[in-house]
Amino acid sequence: MKSTGGILASEQPTRRLSLDPESVRGDFPILMQTVHGKPLVYLDNAATSQKPQVVIDALTHYYSTDNSNIHRGVHLLSERATQEYEGARIKAQHFMNAADSKEIIFTRGTTEAINLVASSYGRANVNSGDEVLITAMEHHSNIVPWQILCEQRGARLRVAPINDDGELILDEFEKLLNDRTKLVSVVHVSNALGTINPIRAIVEIAHRHGCPVMIDGAQAAPHVRLDVQELDCDFYAFSGHKVYGPTGIGVLYGKASLLDAMPPFQGGGDMIASVTFEKTTYNTLPYKFEAGTPNIAGTIGLGAALDYVNQLVIERIATYEHELLEYGTQALSQIPGLRLIGTAKEKAGVLSFVLEGIHPHDVGTILDREGIAIRTGHHCAMPLMARFGIPATARASLAFYNTKEEIDSLVAGIHKVKEVFG
Amino acid sequence: MTDLQDLYQELILDHGRRPRNFHPLTGTSRSAEGYNPLCGDKVKVYVKMEGDTVKEISFEGAGCAISTASASIMTESLKGKNRAEVEELFQTFHDLVTGQKAQLEAPELGKLAVFSGVSEFPIRVKCATLSWHTLRAALNGADEVVSTE
Repeated sequence: MKSTGGILASEQPTRRLSLDPESVRGDFPILMQTVHGKPLVYLDNAATSQKPQVVIDALTHYYSTDNSNIHRGVHLLSERATQEYEGARIKAQHFMNAADSKEIIFTRGTTEAINLVASSYGRANVNSGDEVLITAMEHHSNIVPWQILCEQRGARLRVAPINDDGELILDEFEKLLNDRTKLVSVVHVSNALGTINPIRAIVEIAHRHGCPVMIDGAQAAPHVRLDVQELDCDFYAFSGHKVYGPTGIGVLYGKASLLDAMPPFQGGGDMIASVTFEKTTYNTLPYKFEAGTPNIAGTIGLGAALDYVNQLVIERIATYEHELLEYGTQALSQIPGLRLIGTAKEKAGVLSFVLEGIHPHDVGTILDREGIAIRTGHHCAMPLMARFGIPATARASLAFYNTKEEIDSLVAGIHKVKEVFG
Repeated sequence: MTDLQDLYQELILDHGRRPRNFHPLTGTSRSAEGYNPLCGDKVKVYVKMEGDTVKEISFEGAGCAISTASASIMTESLKGKNRAEVEELFQTFHDLVTGQKAQLEAPELGKLAVFSGVSEFPIRVKCATLSWHTLRAALNGADEVVSTE
């Protein structure tokens, strides 16, 4: 019998019912294993999430029955593959509440989506003396593309500061906006701190200064209801693999008016209307930005993942994860010598911490021997680590299939770390 | 738990907490910086040569217990050794931490033998060898930052 996805009712799911982690765990075959002889406790969800059986099945089904190239074949397989691929675009449109499916561009992931905007929008709109504004809590993928752009164009990268809790200081952010600011790019949920940024307010402030806004939603998509029309952001990107889908597939949303005016990102097949050696006419949206044969299987897998998340209902996921986060915050705070990094009031399921006198890398190795998978290091946010005066943190990041018992295992594991280090 | 105890032996924990020769060297010393981008470990190794022989050696940096202890014990092990002996000891140490040589076969390792447990933790080999790679860069006069990647 197919799993119902952890919904605690035999009848129709409603938003009020709470999520049952034990039941959803059954949807994730990878969670059933032991590592180093201990049950796997997977707390590295901000790095990548695990995949439910429905996603694995979608990939297998595509390669077993529908595999062919899209948008060009006259044969049945190509027609089916195209239908599935374009179906995933509609699912992504609804997932983000975009006004039109042509505003959904498939990319390799959030990183490629940001690079697309930096390269295409950036080179057309950012000139010498102009500025791009980001924040101090950005992932390297929302720093480096802008640095490259600014270097090429003679522009300046500005960085809005954060406070000691890891929250953006909105007043300081607004002060940095001026008529030279050509683009703001901000993370929705911080991968290293868990901070949920007030995107609606950020967009409103930036728009008041006539400046478009790009949002890095890699960590937000699995935890927060997305509504790009309500946020009124100009670009929004997320990655499939963080929202229970395959790696190598992501989404860039852009307002059609902006995307229409932008030059192509990459040239190749599928992105053209006609080609002669003298002149090429580009295809319409969204194909103008999808050169070459895309990740068809990954895209279809992403569609299955979005269906799965919709079935669980994102609000129920968020409620349950918040409960886990509070439980974990409480439990970790009681460990002597442990300091939580990232204590924002609005926070998603990230528990980043340092232990006095013990390097995070050593914490990670000892926890691994207990079957507990966490991430240690700078989390691709070296300037953020510098802001907190630390080289690295240990980070446990939560998903809806995690349990309070697993948090207890983490706490026991941390005590073991302290035991080893005497 | 045994392999963890093999990795985090008392001598390693001690050198991790209280690294020896943990200071810069001034004057006519050579130095190089090493960096592990995966975990953010940073080390700077200073070495003062007298002819072909290591006269003084020290280090600075921030890293995990394994990388700090490895740098510390390395500096203790190399004073008075010539370049060829340093290179030979590095090869033996490398073989030890990558599991290609048992500790018993290499009595010349001395205290360095305490790192034998690293071979059970392949992703920690880079922690144990970062300071060695950095030392070799210093000896070769390479002016760039050494990376484990």
